[in-house]
Amino acid sequence: MKVVGYKQDKAWLYSSKVKEHFFNPKNIFKSDQELEDYKKNADGVGQVGSPACGDVMEMFIKVKNNKIKECRWRTFGCASAIASTSMLSEMVVGKTLAEAKKITPKDIVKALGGLPARKIHCSILGDQALRKAIENYEGKK
Amino acid sequence: MKTIYLDHAATTPLDPRVKKEMDSIKTYANPSALHQMGLEAKEILNNARNKVAKILNAEPEEIIFTSGGTESINLAIKGIGKGHIITSKVEHPAVLETCKFLERNGCNVSYLDVDKDGLISLKDLEKAIKKETILITIMYANNEIGTIQPVKEISKIAKKHKVPFHTDACQAGFLNLNINADLITLNGSKIYGPKGIGILYKRKNIKLEPLMHGGGQEFNLRSGTENLTNIVGFAKALELAQKEDNNKITKLRDYFIQKVQKEIPRTFINGHKTKRLQNNANISFLDVEGESILLYLDHKGILVSTGSACSSKKLEISHVLDAIGIKHDAAHGSIRFSLGKSTTKIELDYVVKELKGIIHSLRMLSPIHLNKGDIRK
Repeated sequence: MKVVGYKQDKAWLYSSKVKEHFFNPKNIFKSDQELEDYKKNADGVGQVGSPACGDVMEMFIKVKNNKIKECRWRTFGCASAIASTSMLSEMVVGKTLAEAKKITPKDIVKALGGLPARKIHCSILGDQALRKAIENYEGKK
Repeated sequence: MKTIYLDHAATTPLDPRVKKEMDSIKTYANPSALHQMGLEAKEILNNARNKVAKILNAEPEEIIFTSGGTESINLAIKGIGKGHIITSKVEHPAVLETCKFLERNGCNVSYLDVDKDGLISLKDLEKAIKKETILITIMYANNEIGTIQPVKEISKIAKKHKVPFHTDACQAGFLNLNINADLITLNGSKIYGPKGIGILYKRKNIKLEPLMHGGGQEFNLRSGTENLTNIVGFAKALELAQKEDNNKITKLRDYFIQKVQKEIPRTFINGHKTKRLQNNANISFLDVEGESILLYLDHKGILVSTGSACSSKKLEISHVLDAIGIKHDAAHGSIRFSLGKSTTKIELDYVVKELKGIIHSLRMLSPIHLNKGDIRK
């Protein structure tokens, strides 16, 4: 049976950047094992949100010479929540901790090529989770 | 090459037999006109009305054509006058928002609770009736979870207390419509008929105030030139729907539900096990969010809907899932699959296969792990 999936030229709910990060999320865990191993080696972990509200984001970072070397994440939420966390995980690599802490929801929305107004609250959680992860790392030092 | 459409509860495609009947209407005259073409239009209109009346065991004067379900509901609820209204918490927004409007304008409304399967309690209903009660409005079948209410029993209680009973039967065009209600709303777009057409069945002795004033069409209850082509299409669609054997689709639905539960762990079904629309499967997938599931399915050519909807501050869950006691945590991952006349087993097998992969991927992405205790309040 041939089923026609989503067509590239057809209208979609969000921007093409959101589409790319939603359907091909970057810096994710491919298996439970990979997640478990990463948890042991991550330098900082941060989680925000609640299942009841519909969005939970978790960020893992690895730090070297005060810069973010790697960023991994997990998200429970809608397409823009998933895409915005994926986007953020790419944005932070190579940034100093001070620079990373300054990333605002607005920066993420801009990088995604915009989000519908009612969806902007979703991306606010990504930067909060990142800040928590950085604080977690700094607290350990 | 095709997509798999499992959103028939939202709206159905036009049945080719209905289209054929609509295409056969050549007259463009106003049925109120006195010339020969007008009389021809009037005859077509009368025939369609008679056909609908016969199906509903009604008299032609008891059938009012409207622009659809929402209008029929508004006419029934607003038209009956001011007083106390009894409805349920799981009604369609067309009913709930109309009731809220009336509340803002001095009416008193009781919203009945439902149980975990979505059924109202007949005892609660009887208790809620007061001497000021002017209307009971309870849906025949729920658009989200498919639960079928005991409408015949509700009719009996309404008769006993001499309160008019309206039922929103928009999802129930394939069920038995001889239910002894005083007012029944039906629409074309859910029964493979045209969109923008519906009826309100109104028992002769019930008095309504019209919403539309004008030329006095539809027994003075709905002014405006009749949409003849759509009316003819509606009558044909209702005739076909009432003849349809629901066994095939019921079996497919049960097959699908069982297969999803077998293949995908940590899922649960919303709604009643048996008192359920023949084509409805509302399924919650723990730890994942509905819109993401919907868009991943869409990507694979499978079209469904979700009760989960983003608002300005937080994700709001469906009022129906809330009323049956599902916690917010678990309600976010609910998907409504509504099967149709063209749905096949092969399609459903494809859906389950893709769904399995999608749920697995989204769960890998998800940092939450809900327990059984997180499902119900």
